[in-house]
Amino acid sequence: MSVTAYERVKSARGSRRPTGISYIRGIFTDFFELHGDRAFADDGAIVGGVARLEGRPVTVIAIEKGRGTKDRMRRNFGAPNPEGYRKALRLMKQAEKFRRPVVCFIDTSGAYCGIGAEERGQGAAIAENLMQMSALNTPIISVLVGEGGSGGALALAVADRVWMLENAVYSVISPEGCASILWKDSTKAEEAAENLKLTASDALALGVIERMIPEDDIGEPQFYERLRALLSSELDALAGESDLVRKRYERFRRIGVPNQNKEAE
Amino acid sequence: MPFLKFRYQPKNELEEGGRSAEPVPQEESEPEQTCPNCHKSIPISALRANMNVCSCGHHFRMSARQRIAMTADEGSFCELDGSLRSSDPLMFSGYQEKLRASEQSTGENEGVVCGECRIDGNPCCIFVMEPGFMMGSMGSVVGEKITRLFEHALERRLPVIGCTVSGGARMQEGLLSLMQMAKTSAAVKRHGDAGLLYIVLLTDPTTGGVTASFAMEGDIILAEPNATVGFAGARVIEQTTRKHLPKGFQRAEFLLEHGFVDAIVPRSEQRAALSLLLSIHSEGGVI
Ligand SMILES: [Zn+2]
Repeated sequence: MSVTAYERVKSARGSRRPTGISYIRGIFTDFFELHGDRAFADDGAIVGGVARLEGRPVTVIAIEKGRGTKDRMRRNFGAPNPEGYRKALRLMKQAEKFRRPVVCFIDTSGAYCGIGAEERGQGAAIAENLMQMSALNTPIISVLVGEGGSGGALALAVADRVWMLENAVYSVISPEGCASILWKDSTKAEEAAENLKLTASDALALGVIERMIPEDDIGEPQFYERLRALLSSELDALAGESDLVRKRYERFRRIGVPNQNKEAE
Repeated sequence: MPFLKFRYQPKNELEEGGRSAEPVPQEESEPEQTCPNCHKSIPISALRANMNVCSCGHHFRMSARQRIAMTADEGSFCELDGSLRSSDPLMFSGYQEKLRASEQSTGENEGVVCGECRIDGNPCCIFVMEPGFMMGSMGSVVGEKITRLFEHALERRLPVIGCTVSGGARMQEGLLSLMQMAKTSAAVKRHGDAGLLYIVLLTDPTTGGVTASFAMEGDIILAEPNATVGFAGARVIEQTTRKHLPKGFQRAEFLLEHGFVDAIVPRSEQRAALSLLLSIHSEGGVI
């Protein structure tokens, strides 16, 4: 109860938290990794492929921060480049073609801010994912498991259901970045974190996510079992839904609609 | 200065006052703006008369209303959702004050102006972002107005022209701002899937969450010369990579070179370019 927003941010960044690949290993079977965006490169920050969830074929995509110095470098500390988002989109389109659902695990401080990333169209790559995911004709569930850094996280979260672990955060900007821009003082990050309403319970209250997942047993076998059961039953429910794409449109359409009284003024 | 005034007078619709035979005595204190490119001082009236472009070619920023006046056929612009105003949904400290200050300095209710108009007779929907309103940042109302415009255009089967200038998503509305990227993108997608045209004109600066959503989703993407367009801020990139940025990094010409912009169009040619593109798409395909 007394955990502050900024403590959640630090917890979400904690290096002991399971990273993307742990979720794939813990929840799915028969995972077969598929590499590359077919245009430029294979981005180590995004891992994706086919797998089974309680027998059902799925496409699974995860942002991976890496374990240990060498692996972290290879994963670019979980900051995807444009080719990572393009690989993810390629796999999602493949999922649509073969009529299997998509499950994404998100954990990134944000899309990579680099010279090459700009040269290869970081903005355009994210924008393309937002557009294509909004109309992808197969169920999508996205789970924020650590940091949900702005557009770089949203690029895998235009989903039918968006869930967050209890200590995950989801924000338009890092609290430090916000504090330094607004108040020219990055030490005011705590205050910024409170203001930004970036915790899972805030996101739930704002209608941005559907579910907050307790994480007392994070990383334990029963934690992954619980997630597997939740994903499985939700995918069952989504499989029976008609008008999936229209409902996904409306899910995002209603967020941030100004109230009508203001309009009448 | 009198020379400049004479030279640019014919196009000046924005200047106030009637015409007289006598040259109007210039006030000593007519405000001037210094060109960051050639460092000349230019009287504001002369700048206005030349579409806010310096004689050296530097494109100054312009307000949304100025741009609409310059782009749309005279008297054809009909505004939509002009009365929508932001609340302060997260009760973010200092936000209300910033909103009020922006309203006062721009005379606008929010950071984008939307409506229907004609360009050289071609009917279309248009949105123009307002750089003076919290740097054109996208909060819920900006996202909502742009989404409504695409929905309106879909219903009326009209093309959309979008002029972007933005610092990105608006921090003071947190996650709600972030979600506008998804909301607007979904609306662009629906409009496009119905076979309708969307042309973007990128202007200086277009960055962050706007670059990562509707600014990069046009069927055709045009840019003003030398406009800064990018996802991450240059300073952030320098800090992250500890590298010097190449000359011209994130400028319109850089985007053209890397394949993210269809054409760079100076202000004086924009109306003609939009008119041509709209008319080519209005005739329908032959197959
Ligand atoms: Zn100049």
